Amino acid sequence: MRIELKKRDSLSSLFSILSPFIALGLTLIAGVILFLFLGKDPVKALYSFFIEPLTEVWSLHELAIKAAPLILIAVGLSVCYRSNNWNIGAEGQFIIGALVGSVLPVVFHGWESPLVLPLMLIFAMIGGAAYAAIPAFLKARLNTNEILTSLMLVYVAQLLLDWTVRGPWRNPEGFNFPETRNFGDYAVLPRIIETGKAHWGFGFALIAALVLWFVMRRTLKGFEITVLGQSARAGRFAGFSDKKMVYFAFLLSGALAGLAGISEVSGAIGQLRPVISPGYGFTAIIVAFLGRLNPLGIVAAGLILALTYLGGEAAQISIGITDKVTRLFQGLLLFFVLGCDTLIHYRIRLVLGTAHKGSAA
Amino acid sequence: MSSGGDVKDQETKTPLLETRGLTKIFGSLRACDGIDLAIAPGEVHALLGENGAGKSTLVKMLFGVLDPSGGQILWKGKPVSIGSPGQARATGIGMVFQHFSLFEALTVAENIALALDGNVPIDRISEEARRLSLEYGLPLDPSAHVADLSVGERQRIEIVRALLQNPELIILDEPTSVLTPQEADKLFETLAKLKAEGRSVLYISHRLEEVQRICDRATVLRHGKVTGACDPRQETPSSLARMMVGGEVAQISGAGLGKPGKLLIEVKDLSAPARSPFAVTLSGINLSVQAGEVVAIAGVAGNGQSELFDVLSGEDLVSDAEAIRISGQAVGRKGITERRLMGCGFVPEERHGHAAVTEMPLTANLVLSRHTSDRSAFLSGGPMGLINTEAVAMAAKRICGVMDVRKSGDDPAAGSLSGGNLQKFIVGRELDRQPIVLVVNQPTWGVDAGAASRIRQALIDLAKSGSAVVVISQDLDEVFEIASRIAVINEGRLSAPQPAASMTRERIGLLMGGFHDGTGEADAEALHAH
Repeated sequence: MRIELKKRDSLSSLFSILSPFIALGLTLIAGVILFLFLGKDPVKALYSFFIEPLTEVWSLHELAIKAAPLILIAVGLSVCYRSNNWNIGAEGQFIIGALVGSVLPVVFHGWESPLVLPLMLIFAMIGGAAYAAIPAFLKARLNTNEILTSLMLVYVAQLLLDWTVRGPWRNPEGFNFPETRNFGDYAVLPRIIETGKAHWGFGFALIAALVLWFVMRRTLKGFEITVLGQSARAGRFAGFSDKKMVYFAFLLSGALAGLAGISEVSGAIGQLRPVISPGYGFTAIIVAFLGRLNPLGIVAAGLILALTYLGGEAAQISIGITDKVTRLFQGLLLFFVLGCDTLIHYRIRLVLGTAHKGSAA
Repeated sequence: MSSGGDVKDQETKTPLLETRGLTKIFGSLRACDGIDLAIAPGEVHALLGENGAGKSTLVKMLFGVLDPSGGQILWKGKPVSIGSPGQARATGIGMVFQHFSLFEALTVAENIALALDGNVPIDRISEEARRLSLEYGLPLDPSAHVADLSVGERQRIEIVRALLQNPELIILDEPTSVLTPQEADKLFETLAKLKAEGRSVLYISHRLEEVQRICDRATVLRHGKVTGACDPRQETPSSLARMMVGGEVAQISGAGLGKPGKLLIEVKDLSAPARSPFAVTLSGINLSVQAGEVVAIAGVAGNGQSELFDVLSGEDLVSDAEAIRISGQAVGRKGITERRLMGCGFVPEERHGHAAVTEMPLTANLVLSRHTSDRSAFLSGGPMGLINTEAVAMAAKRICGVMDVRKSGDDPAAGSLSGGNLQKFIVGRELDRQPIVLVVNQPTWGVDAGAASRIRQALIDLAKSGSAVVVISQDLDEVFEIASRIAVINEGRLSAPQPAASMTRERIGLLMGGFHDGTGEADAEALHAH
């Protein structure tokens, strides 16, 4: 016996729209089962995981802080994925962006000027883009698999950050803690409103989402991205270059990941540490798909995934379960989104016996 | 081969295969609607119909690839249900597909083994295949690699593969579309042999002359329904065509092709290495096309047609910029967009995923080839490049009107159109610009008779209005119908173009088989003669 996936003759547009919501529902049901097995009251657990963080103003600010890097990275990734370039290394580009963007406040910490912050953002974007250019070059020139190269470069970036923070950039007045200097006032990303902690990273994320939404929907560049993603051959016929698109997609997503990196460091952390990201670059992949690779959908998806980070912390405190549950929920969500999408496009057919289809076209 | 007199006898016998009210519904489309078909033992039965008439759907149901939505299939008078190709083979039905399903890196015997049910040692398969291929006049070396074989030989593998199952009914889907006239004659001999053994053949084809030559009876489909059952020998090609399209097919008129004018395309000693192990190397190609003429390039598929198209269109650049000149300018190093800006239009062979993006609507597919050449009309916002959806929609509507593109909805996805209608749109998209140079690869491949005549007339009309048209085609009827001059491509080499009036099918057949009668000097002479 074997199981076959057969393409459906017609697609239900209703279910294509509902897919992420069904996936959310299934994730919650899986959550209930999980908490029951852990011996916790599932209603209380889900409440503290998903609802409680939304009831306080300060935690809404936290939500924006966590959502900012997710959205910023994911909108960049959506351009990559739409053009059929599989950048899995946004985590690395995030880290390198943060590292390059921190050169001014760490190495030239004496320089205090309103120019510092804009330069930091630009440096970070260049850094992230340059780091993403490595897998792009390898793909365009040598035809290597960008999934592997971009993923492996994440570990290189993580170790480079670790070494930098423990070695050359360690704060000389920091009692040997593996941290850099605290950023000076000029180097800190301001808050959006004075009363809350949310910084301008969230604003960047919304702007990036809106701009890319417009580009994808209305402009020839967006058209080029979609065409090359659907069929490289048709793209060449249209006079578009698939090699140039590899660079464009990687550089753009790398730059946005780098911007997310410096925003996080400068707006939320205030210094470089050995670990600056709880896996934003990877979670953003889930965000991109949950948001249907649509920049506006990604804003919503980014807020939901940010909630799982907050919920994990909240659940750890209020019902005493490990914050690993966060990763579990994120994994479940991706699993169910991809599962729903597959079942909307294909139906499952059980084939009994061993008869094979031979030359059926 | 004549068996016209047997027709009555056969009808009284129990048919080998019969369908009663066979129906297949996809969503709201009735692809096959109550089909009644009866194939007698030992007859060659033609299945005629335009693209989208439901021929492939019907055949797929007979071969167990699709499940019928209604109706019955009877085998020797008994109802059967055919759930899979394996069951079809067990019943006694063999099939040769239009697009071969062969692995190029494997040998002939290995490819045959893959399609067999059960474990048969490969040596026995080789032996069997060798025996069968000799018996039916289909010479084949079981240990040869498929990649090294010609299209005709590949088809033989498929036929031998089907024969190994000792079928009583063999279904052939457009078998001659890839063959030279000589190869097709060989195939017809094989079919006669099969028939003499009492096997039945269901023969699917567009080519009316062929059907008249070899088929005992014909069933004609249109819009999923049977519109005629006849003895093709009693009919004329035009009466058969009428049954297929439900009206007279417009006659193509080449009258009015005036004297050729300015030299627009000039290809000199063009060579291009193969891009992949299975691609063809182009060598020493010379071709000149003047304003007001249609030059057709005939040849069997896979002899360098797509490679030639790609270098003419600029999708692939050649190392020598001077090798290709358009309107006197060297363009060998210029890309497709720059060539379009010079007034060129291109229609590649593959509609899905090359000439059009299947998943995208027609308007987007219009932008696909004209975003830069019609920048002022289709784009606004300067460097931002905003797509002017209204202007594009208007142009798409204009093209659909001129070319009579039938579609469901205002702006459906390109993939939802039938092959013929999509091709009309793709050709119309280029004609709408009034290109001074048009290069078309297989303009009517898999397109129904009505759409094909429309497309051919449009190409002739374009040449009449003073453009240079190059048509690469495997279809000799088409070549003779539209060409002012004819050249033949074989293994990446192009024969000298000759005036169509001086060419015969036999000569083209020989050239297709690689018997070049022209040398480089003769090419040059032919040019100067014009």
